[in-house]
Amino acid sequence: MLKLGGGGGGGGQDWACSVAGTGLGGEEAAFEVARLGDPGKAGCRGPGWGCSGIPDSAPGVGMLQAGAGGPARGGQGVEEVGAPAGGGEERPARHPPAPALRLLNRKPQGGSGEIKTPENDLQRGRLSRAPRAAPPAPGMGDHGGQPERSASHAPGTPAGAAAVNGVLHNGFHPPPIQPPRLCSRSLPGGGDAAPPRLPLQPELQPQPPPPQHDSPAKKCRLRRRMDSGRKNRPPFPWFGMDIGGTLVKLVYFEPKDITAEEEQEEVENLKSIRKYLTSNTAYGKTGIRDVHLELKNLTMCGRKGNLHFIRFPSCAMHRFIQMGSEKNFSSLHTTLCATGGGAFKFEEDFRTIADLQLHKLDELDCLIQGLLYVDSVGFNGKPECYYFENPTNPELCQKRPYCLDNPYPMLLVNMGSGVSILAVYSKDNYKRVTGTSLGGGTFLGLCCLLTGCETFEEALEMAAKGDSTNVDKLVKDIYGGDYERFGLQGSAVASSFGNMMSKEKRDSISKEDLARATLVTITNNIGSIARMCALNENIDRVVFVGNFLRINMVSMKLLAYAMDFWSKGQLKALFLEHEGYFGAVGALLELFKMTDDQ
Amino acid sequence: MAECGASGSGSSGDSLDKSITLPPDEIFRNLENAKRFAIDIGGSLTKLAYYSTVQHKVARVRSFDHSDKDTEQDHEPPYEISVQEEVTARLHFVKFENTYIEACLDFIKDHLVNTETKVIQATGGGAYKFKDLIEEKLQLKVDKEDVMTCLIKGCNFVLKNIPHEAFVYQKGSNPEFRFQTNHPSVFPYLLVSIGSGVSIVKVETEDRFEWIGGSSIGGGTFWGLGALLTKTKKFDELLHLASRGQHTNVDMLVQDIYGGAHQTLGLSGNLIASSFGKSATADTEFSKEDMAKSLLHMISNDIGQLACLYARLHCLDRVYFGGFFIRGHPVAMRTITHSIDFFSKGEVQALFLRHEGYLGAIGAFLKGAEQDNPNQYSWEENYAGSSGLMSSSPELCPTQRPRSGTFDLLEMDRLERPLVNLPLLLDPSSYVPDTVDLTDDALARKYWLTCFEEALDGVVKRAVASQPGSVDAAERAEKFRQKYWNKLQTLRHQPFAYGTLTVRSLLDTREHCLNEFNFPDPYSKVKQKDNGVALKCFQRVIRALDALGWEERQLALVKGLLAGNVFDWGAKAVSDVLESDPQFGFEEAKRQLQERPWLVDSYSKWLQRLKGPPHKCALIFADNSGVDVILGVFPFVRELLSRGTEVILACNSGPALNDVTYSESLIVAERIAAMDPVVRSALREGRLLLMQTGSSSPCLDLSRLDKGLAVLVRERGADLVVIEGMGRAVHTNYHAALRCESLKLAVIKNSWLAERLGGRLFSVIFKYEVPAE
Repeated sequence: MLKLGGGGGGGGQDWACSVAGTGLGGEEAAFEVARLGDPGKAGCRGPGWGCSGIPDSAPGVGMLQAGAGGPARGGQGVEEVGAPAGGGEERPARHPPAPALRLLNRKPQGGSGEIKTPENDLQRGRLSRAPRAAPPAPGMGDHGGQPERSASHAPGTPAGAAAVNGVLHNGFHPPPIQPPRLCSRSLPGGGDAAPPRLPLQPELQPQPPPPQHDSPAKKCRLRRRMDSGRKNRPPFPWFGMDIGGTLVKLVYFEPKDITAEEEQEEVENLKSIRKYLTSNTAYGKTGIRDVHLELKNLTMCGRKGNLHFIRFPSCAMHRFIQMGSEKNFSSLHTTLCATGGGAFKFEEDFRTIADLQLHKLDELDCLIQGLLYVDSVGFNGKPECYYFENPTNPELCQKRPYCLDNPYPMLLVNMGSGVSILAVYSKDNYKRVTGTSLGGGTFLGLCCLLTGCETFEEALEMAAKGDSTNVDKLVKDIYGGDYERFGLQGSAVASSFGNMMSKEKRDSISKEDLARATLVTITNNIGSIARMCALNENIDRVVFVGNFLRINMVSMKLLAYAMDFWSKGQLKALFLEHEGYFGAVGALLELFKMTDDQ
Repeated sequence: MAECGASGSGSSGDSLDKSITLPPDEIFRNLENAKRFAIDIGGSLTKLAYYSTVQHKVARVRSFDHSDKDTEQDHEPPYEISVQEEVTARLHFVKFENTYIEACLDFIKDHLVNTETKVIQATGGGAYKFKDLIEEKLQLKVDKEDVMTCLIKGCNFVLKNIPHEAFVYQKGSNPEFRFQTNHPSVFPYLLVSIGSGVSIVKVETEDRFEWIGGSSIGGGTFWGLGALLTKTKKFDELLHLASRGQHTNVDMLVQDIYGGAHQTLGLSGNLIASSFGKSATADTEFSKEDMAKSLLHMISNDIGQLACLYARLHCLDRVYFGGFFIRGHPVAMRTITHSIDFFSKGEVQALFLRHEGYLGAIGAFLKGAEQDNPNQYSWEENYAGSSGLMSSSPELCPTQRPRSGTFDLLEMDRLERPLVNLPLLLDPSSYVPDTVDLTDDALARKYWLTCFEEALDGVVKRAVASQPGSVDAAERAEKFRQKYWNKLQTLRHQPFAYGTLTVRSLLDTREHCLNEFNFPDPYSKVKQKDNGVALKCFQRVIRALDALGWEERQLALVKGLLAGNVFDWGAKAVSDVLESDPQFGFEEAKRQLQERPWLVDSYSKWLQRLKGPPHKCALIFADNSGVDVILGVFPFVRELLSRGTEVILACNSGPALNDVTYSESLIVAERIAAMDPVVRSALREGRLLLMQTGSSSPCLDLSRLDKGLAVLVRERGADLVVIEGMGRAVHTNYHAALRCESLKLAVIKNSWLAERLGGRLFSVIFKYEVPAE
């Protein structure tokens, strides 16, 4: 919204009108904004992203300012886990041909009859996007060129789903229709300049482009298409986003091969984003860039650059969207590829508040594609994947690189707020086996309740100092030693939190012990379920990912131990350096794929 | 790990309540003869088992020696009845709270006479804790038994011996408890014992089982973590909190992550994505109820998921759940069931056991009693001496104070003979004896409960009258009335208390209660008189039949069977007539019968069949004494014998109403043989065999029949089964499918039932069935 209709190709400062617009709740305001735009100084170039001169957007308070305080917390995103997140075990074929499989595969939610297929996802995604691509109701007047364009493209969906009489439910006028996305022109001087053509998202924009000359704003947008360099490349900025239940994971590709000419062409807005993201490691109170994970000198989609890994709590999403609006992110006409549950939850907000169309992606697809990609490019020359040698011997237990060149089949355990377990047979042949609701969110949730801590880091710090055997009842606490009848060691946990049945013990326990016990309980449980799935699926490699493992050596070693010990060495636990970011990377890869597909 | 909540003082075991007084005639009965004690002490409950012998009266019939007597004397009874003392074996199980353990041990010590007992088998986590106390109080050596072994032995025992032991629990459906009819094969199964931790055991045979896995997230986690989160100390209170909470306030659901878009995704937004996922904040206070509920879901879901994974890995679809987490807690059963349904997509059933709490004690007892070979016998739950399911559940019996020292009882009678399936059942695994499930059918339940209530006075009167010489008969009869009345009231509120409620179970419960107060056979005198009267008419009836042409005779024989079946003292409509009109006889009964076509009438088909080759061997289940068996069944038997068909006549082992018992049938046959050469030669040549069913019920469970009978049926190659009477052919077995031809006939002597079946009082059921090829 607030993209100003009549805007000309003017300079960057009149983006102020968009600022004026933000936060205005009413129709009146929207009106006012529209009028402000009249002078024709295109809002489309509004910079933002921390560039100076923006009244309310000093860097730092900028983009990643958390809405709801508290530093970033653990737990990766979503996982459609579900209490019960039953498996896809009813699937007939184990290795069906890829396309069919993808359909089959995603009936994953199991149990209660929820069925989700990628086909559904995509189709529904398209359907639900369609109305948003529909022309706005008349009212802004200046986009008259494209009326019936997408009307025909919203079968069965009321075009006015969100807009009634041209006024959105929040009182604003709907945003103008997004212009067709044009394939970028070649770099100035580049030889492969092609006539602008209609690139992106055929499902969104199947019709021929409207006349290119109808407004200066469009020209400006058009020109920006070339920012990423060549044809079949999406325009900068390149983001991939994974909006989980607890954390939002964002990957940002920073092109390092920008020519001087290109830089000159780069719009202010875009530049400021780049500068802001790459020159800071923390954003707002809760946004954090995991600098140590940065992938350097990566070639993506023909461009060289660095891939940055950023996270912030999901509760800051609204602030983030707000900022997208304030910084007029929509003017950049990048496609925001997003996965995770939040891609669905916040889609409407992205559209109505920030005038951004999310390209929603299946999180399991993204997870796998992202994982395979990152593993294939390696971690700045080092291997991405590792395991623990001698997992059952604490003295000798050591992290060792693991070559995941032939990863299939693998059991992929994604531990975010909840846990999803996938059996992966090839890059696009996988099924969701099951899931559990006892995940990172449970660890943090219980820790907060039990110890009063507030962050994942705090909880882990406490856990590192605690002793769970004070809290748990061990086999030897019951049987005085090993339970030989069943071959159970005395040191095995018989009952998690079992000692807490006793009041005296409850009264004498430390917070650290409680945190440790919570961590051990959740981790062992995941390990146990993963191990059973591995047995049922007949897979001996178990890859653990997800932000529950972030800075969480305790859990990793426990998992390595559990896999090895209970399987008598048959199962191997594998880990990856970029734990929780694969979904976001997968989403970014989709951005390129969309462009390629043109 | 099944029962290990004991050592924590979070359990109530620390403060012993010595103040209670135990009513000796209700709890710890028959201690005088008790031997072989076993005890299972869990976190909060103690289960004591002992084996004892019960002396009770039985009515014996004995044939007079007729050789030197004039058998034609008119008022001479056909045989004599004597009441004798009989000793039967009984298993007693008593469950009480650990608080009362000392008082109970004192009580046992005071009443224990038998000095042979030297050892007590003990199991459960608390066995260790209370070892010294037990040894000191009882002067018995404590012999510790392995918890899991006991649990599984106990589980096998109840699954084998108690019909309707296992049930599925579906909250909100009607009925909430759905019992499993006994499977012929108990093995293999998965036992998930949820004590403080979870043990998952695969049981393959009586003696072979394997611990295949477990989880540390169990009842102790719920209790311990729950106590930390809610400051609520007691397990039951935690569950109670949970039953009032809203987990969605604490758990992160799919819809919390996906927004309202769950519909377009095709997945339920209500699924829990992350347990306690919303509590990762310092700003919100969460209610105790909500946290307890979330915890319950988390633990139940987790256990259910693991159980499903193990069931799948081992290809098992029967999973029994036990342990204190489950025990009598509908909330826990509900969440476990939900989880199993979800994760297995309905392929695995979560099964619970009525006597789950006793498994350890039963198993410990069996361990100690191995030299008595308890597994060689069949056992029967004694409804009179057993508390029903949920008898002490505060959730279901809000009037009962949860900690009032309620004692829960289970008594099992050892049957003299082992029971097995009738080999002629088409599919033993799907055979359900009872025609109407009264837990299901509220209307029928109401009717029958009222019907049994109304009949109670008559039964009490009959019981007193059957023991004219007894000084305390009236007092005992009154106790019987009280006991049976209470059972009926319990069943009104908890129809599931003893498994599926059926007319049969109501009848059996009455018999058990009568026996309990030493009214072993209230109808013995009535039967004696009826048999005498009928025997006198036998020859006249035979002569009349023999005078008829073949086709006429076949109908007359069937009508005779049906008319005989009218003489049923168990049917109020009939007993009223019989009481007011002592002259009511066979001919009057015939006149009362419905004319053909009958309510169910496949007589023509039967007649057609009779025109064909004779049956090889007929198995006949007889009903009433007197006219029924003598003038109805025997002439019919005689005709079959004449056709060259062998006949096995099966009668009840013990008395029930005026049903003819096996011992009575022997005398009756002997008397008839004296009068009739056909029967005489058939008996002599072994073409007519009298057998006992193994049952003492007015109904018939073809899956629990005397093994000797079953063997004979197989040996003789029985190809016709005749089941006679309302109890055996209508209340039970009406839908029973057999592998051979069958004839089910009865006169409906209850107008309500007749109406329900679309007929009137004295409507006739004649159901001749031939199995599909």
